[in-house]
Amino acid sequence: MSMLQTSATPRSAGLPLQRELVGGLTVAVLGVVGYFLFPDDLAFLTRLVALALLVLSLDLVTGYCGIATLGHAAIFGVAAYAAGNACIAGMKDPIALLGVGIVAGVAMGLVSGVLIARFRQLPQLVLSIAFGQLIAALANKLSSVTGGSDGLAGIEPAPVLGIFGFDLYSRTAFVFSLTVLVIVFMVLLRFVNSPFGLLCRGIRDDDLRARMIGASVYPRLIVMYCVSGAVAGLGGALMAITTGVVGLDSVGFERSAEALVMLVLGGTGNLWGGLVGTIIFQIFAHVVSATNPFHWIMLVGLLLILIVVFAPRGIVYSAVTLFNRMFRREVAS
Amino acid sequence: MTLLLDVQAVSKSFGGLHVNENVSFSLSAGDRVALIGPNGAGKTTLVNVLTGDLPPTSGRLIFCGEDITKLSIENRVQRGLARTFQITRLFKTLTAAENVALAVMQRRRITSRFFSPATDLPGVREEWQELLSILGVSHLAHRPVASLAYGQQRLLEMAIGLALHPKVLLLDEPGAGVPHDEAPKILEALDRLPKDIAVLMIEHDMDLVFKFAKRVLVLAGGRLIFEGTPESVTADHEVRRAYLGSYADASRGS
Repeated sequence: MSMLQTSATPRSAGLPLQRELVGGLTVAVLGVVGYFLFPDDLAFLTRLVALALLVLSLDLVTGYCGIATLGHAAIFGVAAYAAGNACIAGMKDPIALLGVGIVAGVAMGLVSGVLIARFRQLPQLVLSIAFGQLIAALANKLSSVTGGSDGLAGIEPAPVLGIFGFDLYSRTAFVFSLTVLVIVFMVLLRFVNSPFGLLCRGIRDDDLRARMIGASVYPRLIVMYCVSGAVAGLGGALMAITTGVVGLDSVGFERSAEALVMLVLGGTGNLWGGLVGTIIFQIFAHVVSATNPFHWIMLVGLLLILIVVFAPRGIVYSAVTLFNRMFRREVAS
Repeated sequence: MTLLLDVQAVSKSFGGLHVNENVSFSLSAGDRVALIGPNGAGKTTLVNVLTGDLPPTSGRLIFCGEDITKLSIENRVQRGLARTFQITRLFKTLTAAENVALAVMQRRRITSRFFSPATDLPGVREEWQELLSILGVSHLAHRPVASLAYGQQRLLEMAIGLALHPKVLLLDEPGAGVPHDEAPKILEALDRLPKDIAVLMIEHDMDLVFKFAKRVLVLAGGRLIFEGTPESVTADHEVRRAYLGSYADASRGS
């Protein structure tokens, strides 16, 4: 059960790093299952991993800090452009490109944090949209750097560790992305349960209360935005490395909105929620759009309505509650 | 006695409404002071000015020799000026243990640690466990605060106040909403406070005031109209007229 343990429940006694190891292992197993079940869809699964990083990143600011944002793809997209340009400029090593993504992500996180974390509620939301639109418009204008509406193409990274070249079937791309996700997920599981993570959840619950225990709120939110930026930056860089192109959709409003939808679907303030939401939404959209290319968006909308009505706190929360209820009944009988 | 907090001619008005007028008093180490007054006398506004939630219109606040009139809320807390809230303000989705642990960790300046397990840190764990047991809520440690009864939340609010190790603690109606049989726990917690800190308590429950306070301040119409011992407060004519008369009637009726 510890794998679905929400951060609000007490930590059961166990091995040190138990939560992180179980978490990492679960993600790895899910990935391996995907690899063997859908060998023809690895490009899709790779994209899913990059998006999962974006959603996890959004969870850090929205779920853990209560910051409402519809501009998070700006961080993701700028990092993707940065990694793509670095690669075209001759920095071919994929791991170094991830580093570029992190640096770009942290820088973008810092800027968005300084701007967006300053405000609350609706002004905050509006500001995040304006920020996202500004970056998207810039990406469109600066076509010498971004390729404009044609996209940035010609990103051809070297083999991973000099050994595993990127193949047509996306095998390397998927394993490389999955490895990044597993590591990030374990680090984040540790991070959100740290004193800093706890303080951020406190700020989300009541920021005046947080100040009344002596915590300065704004600087903490900016730091969290930077961490979130690093994660989104990794996602963006992975997208650039594994697909070889970066399009305007990477920075766009729709990408931001979709990330928020996936997060709410799975459940905010819980890393498992972000992950599960991304998996379910992406797979559903993928399958439905293949079987019914004309009406799939309507079906996705229907799924969202059903989930929000029947599991308003997200799929993970509802699943854990259901599991606990069944489990307790067994104990009682 | 060491002077801890010196309130110098503090006034607070909202437009033409003068909520606090020319309020001056001081708190020294070891003080146990009750601030009483009828509803609308400006007690909570005064506390909000002291904590930095509201800027005063005029006047100065001196804390341990330093002018803190313009300091932010968090800077005042870090210097040792803490408060509890009249209507509980807790971290609702966190557990009771996490609420107290967070205050402990913030006091110890370790909330910027990224990779250590929060509530299990050595030292931190012992401290929140002790605070919860002082207030008799150890059994609730791992329950989310939102699921606790209001009286239990009040006790937790006290625990957070204690966890901050303040030099001056402002208690905004610590007894309000606490069920009668749990009220002794509040007094017990007050007794456990270090003797050298100063406590200013706003309270309507006169039993609690008489048991706790060595000195009473009476606020009416935004002005301090009386300062003296609990025994003398009932004898003062002006206080009786402003406040205690109606209170005495109310208590006779109940």
